[in-house]
Amino acid sequence: MCLALPARIVERLDGDQAIVDLGGVRKPVSLALVGDAQVGDYVIVHVGFAIGLLDPDEAQRTLELFDAMAAQAAAAPAAAP
Amino acid sequence: MKYVDEYRDGELARRIAARIAAEARPDRRYHFMEFCGGHTHAIARYGIGELLPPQLRMIHGPGCPVCVLPIGRIDQAIGLALQQRAIVCTYGDTMRVPASESLSLTRAKAAGGDIRMVYSAADALKVAREHPDREVVFFAIGFETTTPPTAVVIRQAQAEGLRNFSVLACHVLTPSAITHILESAEVRQYGTVPIDGFIGPAHVSIIIGSGPYEHFAEEYRKPVVIAGFEPLDVMQAVLMLVRQVNEGRAEVENEFARAVTREGNLAAQRLVAEVFELRERFEWRGLGEVPYSALKIRPAYAEFDAERRFGLVYQGVPDHKQCECGAILRGVKRPTDCKLFGTVCTPENPMGSCMVSSEGACAAHYSYGRFKDAAVVAG
Repeated sequence: MCLALPARIVERLDGDQAIVDLGGVRKPVSLALVGDAQVGDYVIVHVGFAIGLLDPDEAQRTLELFDAMAAQAAAAPAAAP
Repeated sequence: MKYVDEYRDGELARRIAARIAAEARPDRRYHFMEFCGGHTHAIARYGIGELLPPQLRMIHGPGCPVCVLPIGRIDQAIGLALQQRAIVCTYGDTMRVPASESLSLTRAKAAGGDIRMVYSAADALKVAREHPDREVVFFAIGFETTTPPTAVVIRQAQAEGLRNFSVLACHVLTPSAITHILESAEVRQYGTVPIDGFIGPAHVSIIIGSGPYEHFAEEYRKPVVIAGFEPLDVMQAVLMLVRQVNEGRAEVENEFARAVTREGNLAAQRLVAEVFELRERFEWRGLGEVPYSALKIRPAYAEFDAERRFGLVYQGVPDHKQCECGAILRGVKRPTDCKLFGTVCTPENPMGSCMVSSEGACAAHYSYGRFKDAAVVAG
């Protein structure tokens, strides 16, 4: 129910409306809840509304954290499960 | 899809799993509840439970708004369509939930009720504009994620002077439900719930921020890690919880920093506070009445409140006697402990709340997990 997907804003329309690119599909969404979102930003879309912005730097940091974790695991392998 | 695929790498998941296995102490118990149905679904779908060591168990919480929606509320929506002849708009998730007298919204539609599935709250408003001569009710359910869009359309309806639009508001709150699980009177009936930490909701937290969990982590001494809904997010959050338990910490950590801040979405919070206020009590299917756990429409927007407009009185309806959802939602029992699971109660014909939506603990296990329980018989 709380399903939401990241999508890129490609065009701002009248009022709070915008068009986003959702994995290749263009969809109209409302930006009423993310007033300062710009074209090019990634937003999280839920029931036709962008509910928040994605922070690309934080996204990168989380991916790096996974890599660091994986490297750690490779260096000190766990006992066989 | 960007910001999705990179969080689904199976090889990385296995390596994080190895890390979890290495750090989880064999002599310790790690019972973590994922509150949110989105996580329950991810855990079942990607087989995350299989990647975890035996002393680590995931307990599926009540964070699926379709599952916790009580029968009495669906009965109200059906009544609006069949008796009041209103057009009832609703998210697709609620259509199949069984209600009283063997009805559901789908069956009520087949019986002639004008019930329309909408993707967005904005679509319900559109229906109201197109049918000025009909009453149009939006049956609004969901947690904090879904509440702000409802607030937006109520304000818009007021701005446009739409006199035929109203909302049956069934929006519920995450923090009060988590607290209820830990300290409700029913804990005595079901036994204590051994929970050593929580995975905090992803999209709910985009709205409310990580702040509301701080008081909770401190008061109950339970670690909380907010996580995204992709499998690597969940694995990483489990590892972070294991580390907190090992180090005796009970803090709020945020794995989903790419979308969640401490403050959350302030504009959305302001809108919700303007349109909604707390309900003194609200019935949750499987949990019973939970104080201050839901929202109702403020008097300033009373004309858009379907309960006021149609003089609705709430009537609770008990679940099937043998249904174990109450214990399952609290983590005391597993889906397979229920006599009804997979026999009388299936996703096609759900008896209890956990089987209703694919995010419910029972439905998730039925769809993805039950085959691994079956004995392999050489043929």
